[in-house]
Amino acid sequence: MSISLNEVKRIASLARIAVSDVEAEAARAQLDGIFGLIEEMQAVDAGDIEPMSHAQEIVLRLRNDAVTEVDQHEAFQKGAPEVEAGLYLVPQVIE
Amino acid sequence: MQWEVVIGLEVHAQLSTESKIFSGASTAFGAAPNAQACAVDIALPGVLPVLNRGAVECAIKFGLAVGAKVNRRSVFSRKNYFYPDLPKGYQISQFDLPVVSGGELVIFVDGAEKMVRLTRAHLEEDAGKSLHEDFHGKTGIDLNRAGTPLLEIVSEPDMRSSLEAVAYAKELHSLVRYLDICDGNMQEGSFRCDANVSVRRPGAPLGTRREIKNLNSFRFLQQAIEYEIQWQIDTLESGGKIHQATVLFDSDKGETRAMRSKEEAHDYRYFPDPDLLPLEISGEWMAEVRSRLPELPQAKRARYISAFGLSAYDAGVLTSSKELAAYFEEVAEIYPEPKACANWVMGEISGWLNKAGIDIHDCPISSRALAGLLIRIGDGTISGKIAKEVFEAMWNGEGGADDVIESRGFKQISDTGALEKIVDEIIEGNPSQVADYRAGRDKLFAFFVGQAMKATKGQANPAQLSEILKKKLAG
Repeated sequence: MSISLNEVKRIASLARIAVSDVEAEAARAQLDGIFGLIEEMQAVDAGDIEPMSHAQEIVLRLRNDAVTEVDQHEAFQKGAPEVEAGLYLVPQVIE
Repeated sequence: MQWEVVIGLEVHAQLSTESKIFSGASTAFGAAPNAQACAVDIALPGVLPVLNRGAVECAIKFGLAVGAKVNRRSVFSRKNYFYPDLPKGYQISQFDLPVVSGGELVIFVDGAEKMVRLTRAHLEEDAGKSLHEDFHGKTGIDLNRAGTPLLEIVSEPDMRSSLEAVAYAKELHSLVRYLDICDGNMQEGSFRCDANVSVRRPGAPLGTRREIKNLNSFRFLQQAIEYEIQWQIDTLESGGKIHQATVLFDSDKGETRAMRSKEEAHDYRYFPDPDLLPLEISGEWMAEVRSRLPELPQAKRARYISAFGLSAYDAGVLTSSKELAAYFEEVAEIYPEPKACANWVMGEISGWLNKAGIDIHDCPISSRALAGLLIRIGDGTISGKIAKEVFEAMWNGEGGADDVIESRGFKQISDTGALEKIVDEIIEGNPSQVADYRAGRDKLFAFFVGQAMKATKGQANPAQLSEILKKKLAG
């Protein structure tokens, strides 16, 4: 399996990453290498093995349902470019 | 030629946990903007999500209640998209391994039972809120809602009309409230419906569907689906084609309108979230949750029919909400005449609640007070007619049934001597009617009852009055 330049550009656009044509070509070559590895691995017959979503056989730790956080929005908002009435302001988004 | 309508619903139920699904911030409604958005919710670098046991338990309860498979192992995935109220750039959701698979819900439409199959229910986090007005051309972002736990419940496309869709949504709404996993407050957005609607010729493959987003009332759900069905039929019959789209319902205009379609918008590039390991639910945990499940609407309905002798319709109305059912059961416990209790709860109580636009838990007449009124009807102190006046006085805060009966002098006249005296006076005062009656005009009996009721201001014991009248009129 190989990946086209258009596919690279589409993925970059979905991820909001600006890539020049030169960068896209470099990324395409690298991704092709990765897909090559995947292809090699797919040669292994894993039909009766349950797929894993993570590499280790450990499970999720849960926490009890309790409020442990306090209001720190003023501290958090010190780093925000623009704030008003407790809200973060961003360029207008109209759907 | 006929069209067949096909509807599937996706419902987002906000789970009533104290804290968020992946952080310890509060989920309380109505806080000042961003006061409940902690470092995890606003996605500061380096933070890690830790799953809330309470949210998982809500999902288990739901799965058990709808007879679904609660998966021993499920996986959280990232759904990637960019929007300012989604600070991480992805929503943590579940994709190919949801916590609940399958299940079914029985709905009632026009007295008939119908089963709607569920596809799945999965846990995910809610996004924040974007406020588009009043910020000098900018958008304000409040992240208090970000990270609030949601259970997305997806049905199979089993519904065939807007009425069935509404019946399903109502049944689900009632169920999540019975289970106490969601407060069901639609205005605050705790229970939101998306409807997938398509039409086809009977027997033909499924038509192209359009998804109506974010319907937050049963009325809008019905209106939106009806408008959409008609629009699709009109479009197809005039030779047009339906394109898959997401549409919004404009409740002012009563129309559905397609959102600007972005071709790439639905490429969410799901992948397992590396920050979260697989969720495992043990058999013991499931058994423990099962042991704490409350009586569910379907079981309650069956019990009302078998133990209380109520009709299926009455049982359905009374069990439509957990609170109404509890109220009815409290009344019936004090006054064990279930049919009479049902009539008053469904009649006067529901009617007055509706008129006042309030819920049963704000009802000014407590279950105990209503039972007190029914006892006075039962023991003959007041007639059913007077009881409605007493009810009104009780509703208006004039005290319990006995207080109102006392203060307004409503006591039914059951004193035979007093009633006989009144009847004698009526017979004396209406000689021609008496003569006619005795000559065979039986219908005049009602006239005498009316006169006696007038004379007693409706307080005569009807059974006793009728007996005395018959005796005296017979001469």
